[in-house]
Amino acid sequence: MGLKILTEHINVPGIETLEVYRKHGGYRSVEKALKTMSPDEVVEEVKTSGLRGRGGAGFPTGMKWSFLAKPEGVPRYLVCNADESEPGTFKDRWFMEKNPHALIEGMITSSYALGANTSYIYIRGELLFVLRILEKAIAEAYAAGLLGKNILGSGYDLDLHVAPGGGAYICGEETALLESLEGKRGNPRNKPPFPAVKGLFACPTVVNNVETISSVPWIVNNGGAEYAKVGIGRSTGTKLISASGNINNPGVYEIELGVPVEEFIYSDEYLGGIWKGKQLKAVVPGGSSVPILPANLILKTAAGEDRLMTYESLADGGFVSGSMMGSGAFIVFDEDQCIVRNTWNYARFYHHESCGQCSPCREGTGWMEKVLHRIEYGHGHQQDIDLLVSVAKQIEGNTICPLGDAAAWPVAAAIRHFRDEFEWHIKHPKEATAPGAVYRGQLDTVTA
Amino acid sequence: MAKVTIDGIEIEVEDGTTILQAARKIGGDVVPPAMCFYTPLKGSGGKCRVCLVKVTQGSTRDPRPMPKLVASCITQVQDGMVVENTTNEDVLNARKGIVEMLLINHPLDCPICDQAGECSLQDLSYEHGISGQRFEEERRTFNKVDLGPYIQLHMTRCILCYRCVYTADQITEKRVHGVLGRGDAAEIGTYIENVIDNDFSGNVIDVCPVGALTDKTWRFKNRVWFTKPMDAHRDCPTCSGKVTLWTRGEEVLRVTARKDQYNEVEEFICNTCRFDKKEVKDWTIEGPRHIDRGSVISANHYELPVVNVPIVPNLPTSTKKNLPQE
Repeated sequence: MGLKILTEHINVPGIETLEVYRKHGGYRSVEKALKTMSPDEVVEEVKTSGLRGRGGAGFPTGMKWSFLAKPEGVPRYLVCNADESEPGTFKDRWFMEKNPHALIEGMITSSYALGANTSYIYIRGELLFVLRILEKAIAEAYAAGLLGKNILGSGYDLDLHVAPGGGAYICGEETALLESLEGKRGNPRNKPPFPAVKGLFACPTVVNNVETISSVPWIVNNGGAEYAKVGIGRSTGTKLISASGNINNPGVYEIELGVPVEEFIYSDEYLGGIWKGKQLKAVVPGGSSVPILPANLILKTAAGEDRLMTYESLADGGFVSGSMMGSGAFIVFDEDQCIVRNTWNYARFYHHESCGQCSPCREGTGWMEKVLHRIEYGHGHQQDIDLLVSVAKQIEGNTICPLGDAAAWPVAAAIRHFRDEFEWHIKHPKEATAPGAVYRGQLDTVTA
Repeated sequence: MAKVTIDGIEIEVEDGTTILQAARKIGGDVVPPAMCFYTPLKGSGGKCRVCLVKVTQGSTRDPRPMPKLVASCITQVQDGMVVENTTNEDVLNARKGIVEMLLINHPLDCPICDQAGECSLQDLSYEHGISGQRFEEERRTFNKVDLGPYIQLHMTRCILCYRCVYTADQITEKRVHGVLGRGDAAEIGTYIENVIDNDFSGNVIDVCPVGALTDKTWRFKNRVWFTKPMDAHRDCPTCSGKVTLWTRGEEVLRVTARKDQYNEVEEFICNTCRFDKKEVKDWTIEGPRHIDRGSVISANHYELPVVNVPIVPNLPTSTKKNLPQE
């Protein structure tokens, strides 16, 4: 078993209460940071730790914090992005539900580091029950003097609020989140200005994922250098992985970055192999918006090296033969799964969730969904495949926010790696639309 | 001041100018098209993506190129910036792709659309679009909606530029319409069924780049190219009273604000001027309105030729079009 930074005490009964949480060393980082460290020292520790954003982009957190503008007399905000809605990702929901105080502790320490006196947790609207858990925990923290005025006698004030979203995937994009938090329609903003300069209520703001913020207490307690020892290269620390699909043990796993993908899938400690001993067909390693990889490319890189669970190794090969870490939603497909249907399903999701602000995404996501739907239901034409590639290319990189890219990548990657399956669907519509039919040709000879 | 080079032409502009504004200072072919950006409206732009350009050099201090194409209407120039618009293949291809996207759900009902002839989307697709059509799915449609006695909303034609939303926010006291829904189901609408009723509501018609918001006092009266635009003014207690009358014979068919060559209004006008004063006697006529582009009328000026333009009689029409217009 690897080191557990986030989930060490997660199964302790009653950990969601302040009493039990403190008994297991909770809120030590608040005391340490507020009483013995300056805000800049906390930022330095986080920088040393090499902690990277766990929401999907993987941007170094310490660097993001140091970019925060600090004009005189203007409030600064820390916003926790708990609007977890990427298909396949469920780590934050699980974590907040089990151990709400860990997030609150992280929020206090991080807010102190950034000099924010008001912080927000923006939580996905569907997670109302988690919101109630968090509110209860926040009330406990207020009562114990861990939030509010003059925290633990240090002179530092912090108000923490939980705000529910309306249930839109797009509000997980940081600027759309800020718009939504301000009470407006959740449309992503044009950048620049970046939130670090002009974010919430036009004040400097940092937006971080739940997991990122929850990692900060451990870094403060044990030092950034200790954190940096875990993991490989620039992928330091541990990561929560939401594993789903045709595997024996689906669930959330905390792994030390650097575990080989093969071990992660097949070892009993983790996913326990493919369900019913079937053959692995493909993996989406980072949530629905990252490129899908066929079995041979997920286990080994194009150069023949073992692929590891790190930001760099998963991205090895770029978009030709690599993928991305994303938010850590590991979706496994066995030999009985239809890639065309799955791609259509993703396209349908992005069509539904596009905010409709900029034209390539608004129109393109719907177009791709309709074409994929046609192919899946046996009405495709041979030129549809090239059409999809071309539409995906027209969307990619031309939109305001990354949702356009997230919609285009899975389609482009599925066609890149499973083109023969698409062709089979188009050439043999009768066989392809029969119940349970799936393309089995060339299962292990799929190449980049 | 910042020096910026667009398509090889250097110009010096004030700090904080956007690439699009700098290009407009140069004028001519280097100006990227714009469907959602509207100079008089604060906060507009960045949405339609047709003005994307390539920045091959960020600035003198940081000469790295920008990784993605940027929206020229919202990207500010830096000293030493080098921009490629019509000279960059990627830009032209991206623009073609975006025009295609804008048209897939557009009804292409130009023959019966009142905006035809002065429609920005029409111009855009002629200048930057592709001739074919790859979209064979069913188009998204909406029912027509009446927004009060003067304005009709034909949502099917809308490209969601948000201009009318900004106009209502910035020109009028209270906005009652906005964008509802999301993705390609997003629509301009009032919630719940409401009337846009204030003195300046008619301006949303002027800012609409397509035929989504039309003037009910003008709908189906005539085609734009049969009417003659005349500058006129009157003493108006609510607005400047400076308008363009669109006349046919003695009849005033339509009143609009005066628009510049980029289809942007010079001064917003009130509803009384726009909808109620439809007699020649209401107005003091100043003379014919010069329409530069953005309308088919620019193709055959009926104004007296300006003296310094050399008149070359025997040139084919296609060449005449390219003569300097001043």
